[in-house]
Amino acid sequence: MWEYTDKVKDHFMHPRNVGELKDANAVGETGSLNCGDALKLFLKVDENERIVDASFMTFGCASAVASSSALTEIIKGMTLDEAAKVTNGDIADYLGGLPKEKMHCSVMGKSALQKAIADYRGIQIMEKPGEMVCECFEVTDLEIIDAVKANGLETTEDVTNYLKAGGGCGKCLDRIEEVIASVKAEG
Amino acid sequence: MNVIYTDNNATTRVADEVIEEMLPFFGGFYGNPSSMHTFGDRVGKKIRQARQKVADLIHADPDEIIFTSCGTESDNSAIFSALNAHPEKKQIITSNVEHPAVLNLFKYLRDKKGYDVVLVPVDKKGHLDLDLLYGSLSDDTAVVSLMWANNETGVIFPISEIAKKVTEKGILFHTDAVQAAGKIPIDVSVAHVDMLSLSGHKVHAPKGIGVLYVKKGIKFFPYLIGGHQEKGRRGGTENTVSIIGLGKACELAAQHLPIMNTQVKELRDYLQNQLLEKIPGVSVNGDLENRLPNTLSIGFDAVEGESILLMLDKEGICASSGSACTSGSLDPSHVLMAMEVPFKSAHGTIRFSLSHYNTKEEMDHIVKTMVSAIETLRAMSPFWKDGKLV
Ligand SMILES: Cc1ncc(COP(=O)(O)O)c(C=O)c1O
Ligand code: FES
Repeated sequence: MWEYTDKVKDHFMHPRNVGELKDANAVGETGSLNCGDALKLFLKVDENERIVDASFMTFGCASAVASSSALTEIIKGMTLDEAAKVTNGDIADYLGGLPKEKMHCSVMGKSALQKAIADYRGIQIMEKPGEMVCECFEVTDLEIIDAVKANGLETTEDVTNYLKAGGGCGKCLDRIEEVIASVKAEG
Repeated sequence: MNVIYTDNNATTRVADEVIEEMLPFFGGFYGNPSSMHTFGDRVGKKIRQARQKVADLIHADPDEIIFTSCGTESDNSAIFSALNAHPEKKQIITSNVEHPAVLNLFKYLRDKKGYDVVLVPVDKKGHLDLDLLYGSLSDDTAVVSLMWANNETGVIFPISEIAKKVTEKGILFHTDAVQAAGKIPIDVSVAHVDMLSLSGHKVHAPKGIGVLYVKKGIKFFPYLIGGHQEKGRRGGTENTVSIIGLGKACELAAQHLPIMNTQVKELRDYLQNQLLEKIPGVSVNGDLENRLPNTLSIGFDAVEGESILLMLDKEGICASSGSACTSGSLDPSHVLMAMEVPFKSAHGTIRFSLSHYNTKEEMDHIVKTMVSAIETLRAMSPFWKDGKLV
């Protein structure tokens, strides 16, 4: 059994801000039914670009629900610029930490948030730029490079924990290894 | 809080009768069964009786029973023995829904030892592709290993029929009967299997005790080489206490077999039908007919297994999920994937596995808890709207 903190358990059993936000003016979606988790984040942003309300709908394990719940609590009241600086580490910290195998749940939160902010600003985030590395979980080399740099990841296992990449059929593991090596080589 | 235990394919409660049988051998009767004194032979005698009881459960001869440390050791030693018997043969056959105790060994033999491995696929109901299996048999086949019943779905393979065809060709046949034992009748005197694995902790004996049946006349190459224990077929001083417990457990299992296929099956069917009736978007995995009487693998659309398990856990209900989210792997279990169970319900699959200790009141409590858990999780799920999958 995973060792979840009391905070994770609390946010799973009593998630804050669940459901569709009727008057949302920004939405960010990430994940899929096939991947095993997905998050739809709703924001209501006022004319000063302040997030006055946030809610979520999540399909996934307990830490996915808890991460989504935590995310909405963290960003409520922030301006979009402030929210844009929230990292997946902030979400995990808010919950008193996540088992390392579940860090991808916090990454999912961060990703939905980025998409919601882009949605509000009318920016098209280029869908998955870069070269596809992991087909099972649709993860590109650029995403891996970002995660490796942001979280100081060292091994393919770390990458799987954060992005799921490599956690399915495993045929992409060699390629993930190369991407990690390329980041290390850059220094 | 009361525990409602419906995870018997993972492990079982050690029966009170088994504990009682074992207790004296934890204490005063600590002799070594091999010793040349009456004190040691008190244990030796109990082990001979236990061997007889284990043999009786599967209609074997006591000489055909080797005690091991677990089901995994039984599986591994059977397969290694077969490879040692035919070092010149390079093809080995199993299915893609085996327990890791067999599947990962086969993958190791393929990747590290150069064996040509055939993984026979299953269809959507979990049935083996028998044409492919029979078509793969050749002079180069060293062993065929197929499970008698699947731990996740309970689907039963027609082992006797397959074993007959395989052994007629002079090919060794091993079956992992860890989940079948005590749940459906096993009769090796008519089943044509050369080797068969059992595990104590699935039949209300302790963990860490297993059995390998090796048919008379089949040459066995030991896996643990050491003393003369188990007639030189497995070195190491016996786990006397657990062997004695397993003997008792097998005696009880034989007595309980009829209950499994009536009382336990009825409870399982009741649970299944209540869940199907009270919750929309639900599907049962695997063949409904050829299935262990205690097992229910059931998928709930648009929700995730670990979340369900934690909500059950809050009520003291123990079950397993088929989404491997709980095990570290991120895809649904290899068994559900092999059966092409759609992702929408594979991630939300729960396995309930019952025993004769379960009651109807417990089933009612599970149903009630499930109805509310699924409702709560679907209210949160972006893939569920207005009573259906979106
Ligand atoms: C089908 C099957 N084979 C083998 C095993 C392994 O048995 P053990 O845990 O005794 O090693 C199990 C149980 O986990 C099983 O379900
Ligand atoms: S392609 Fe990455 S795990 Fe399958």
